[in-house]
Amino acid sequence: MNYNWDWGILFRDPYLGWLIDGLAWTVSLSLCAWVIAFTVGSLLGIMRTSTSGVLRFIGTAYVEIFRNVPLLVQLFLWYFVFPELLPDDAGRWVKREMPMPAFSTAVFAIGLYTASRVCEQVRSGIDAVGVGQRNAGRALGLTEPQIYKSLLLPNAYRIIIPPLTSEFLTIFKNSSLALTIGVVELTAMTRQIEEYTFQGFEAFTAATIIYSVVTFIVMGIMRVIERRSRVPGMIATG
Amino acid sequence: MMGEFDYDIIWRSLPFLWEGMKVTLLLTVLAIVGGIVFGTLIALIRLAKIPVISWLAAAYVNFFRSLPLILVIFWLYFLVPLILGRPVGGFQSVLVAFVLFETAYYSEIIRAGISSVRDGQIAAGRSLGMTNFQTMRFVVLPQAFRAMTPVLLTQAIILFQDTSLVYVVGLKDFLVSAELIANRDQRLVEMFVFAAIVYFIICFTGSQIARILQKRLST
Repeated sequence: MNYNWDWGILFRDPYLGWLIDGLAWTVSLSLCAWVIAFTVGSLLGIMRTSTSGVLRFIGTAYVEIFRNVPLLVQLFLWYFVFPELLPDDAGRWVKREMPMPAFSTAVFAIGLYTASRVCEQVRSGIDAVGVGQRNAGRALGLTEPQIYKSLLLPNAYRIIIPPLTSEFLTIFKNSSLALTIGVVELTAMTRQIEEYTFQGFEAFTAATIIYSVVTFIVMGIMRVIERRSRVPGMIATG
Repeated sequence: MMGEFDYDIIWRSLPFLWEGMKVTLLLTVLAIVGGIVFGTLIALIRLAKIPVISWLAAAYVNFFRSLPLILVIFWLYFLVPLILGRPVGGFQSVLVAFVLFETAYYSEIIRAGISSVRDGQIAAGRSLGMTNFQTMRFVVLPQAFRAMTPVLLTQAIILFQDTSLVYVVGLKDFLVSAELIANRDQRLVEMFVFAAIVYFIICFTGSQIARILQKRLST
């Protein structure tokens, strides 16, 4: 194996800056997409557990469609196909005039995809809280929205912190797919360093360590939150 | 816009797309086989609780599960030719990447499956005079794999979807073939919609089968 080692490359200008920039894009993409995934996923989870057949059907259809098409294909559909299906002006806006078209598209695509996975977690959380709480709420004369807001959701979220953590980490890893439409996040940056310097080993090692360390930190923080918010009398699921 | 949808382009490119689909399917099957074989090995090592070795197996699993698949694909695409000292086709590099990556995920499924077999089964095997290996081979693993079938199938569907990521190194799988035609003939809408529908039909069918198996096992 012929290879010229140069670990110093990672700390030299401009490559260190590239790595930091890449990480910043990865983190902002993950956080923005998570906001969408969590909001839409929660709504879908409520729909799938609701008493209305129509809402349940819409929720189920959403999950089946978004879960059974590869994320990369969804990303291409949003980026290349969706603007073509809109009226001309709107299409042009999405393609070019919208702020940071590639980044925004990636946020929506990854967010909406992960929403289908969050939905399933929220649904299983609500199921785990049990039908007893729902009936108790009804007996007290609470309306359905009140039952969800005050009884089912607060308990469900506390139960599903571990699976939601792994869904967030999935978003964090999936954010690398954004490089295919031109977002220069962490993985793309290391690839760029490899192409400029031929120090692929060092560049990929840097990305590997950064991804692992961030995952490790997130898991550590979430473990503390999980312990503090545990529902008394409920065995933690994991 | 939809009025201009050109069905003919799909029809004409079917033979080309099928060549790509063969690459996708071959990669999926080989990665599943590799993932299950090495995943079982890693799971057994972890469950055997051998001091340093079991810890290493756990570290392997946690390490690969913290990485994006794209990064692993780039790593191997860069490393394999370097280690061998000669250029190799993209397929070999990508296959190594998928097996390494999927082994981590399969080992977690298989570990859970083995743990779900009751202790009494092992005791029964041992009391019949079977060795540890025989108990594993003839008593525990058959039951574990039976219980795991739906989850293994679900993982296979995820893996099938993940093979689309070979796009980043330009390996001509189904999606890259569709993309080549899309760009050559300026038919992005048709080709990407068609690709999405094909993936959906295959994955939806697979996940329905997994659901039926799950139901049959739980009754």
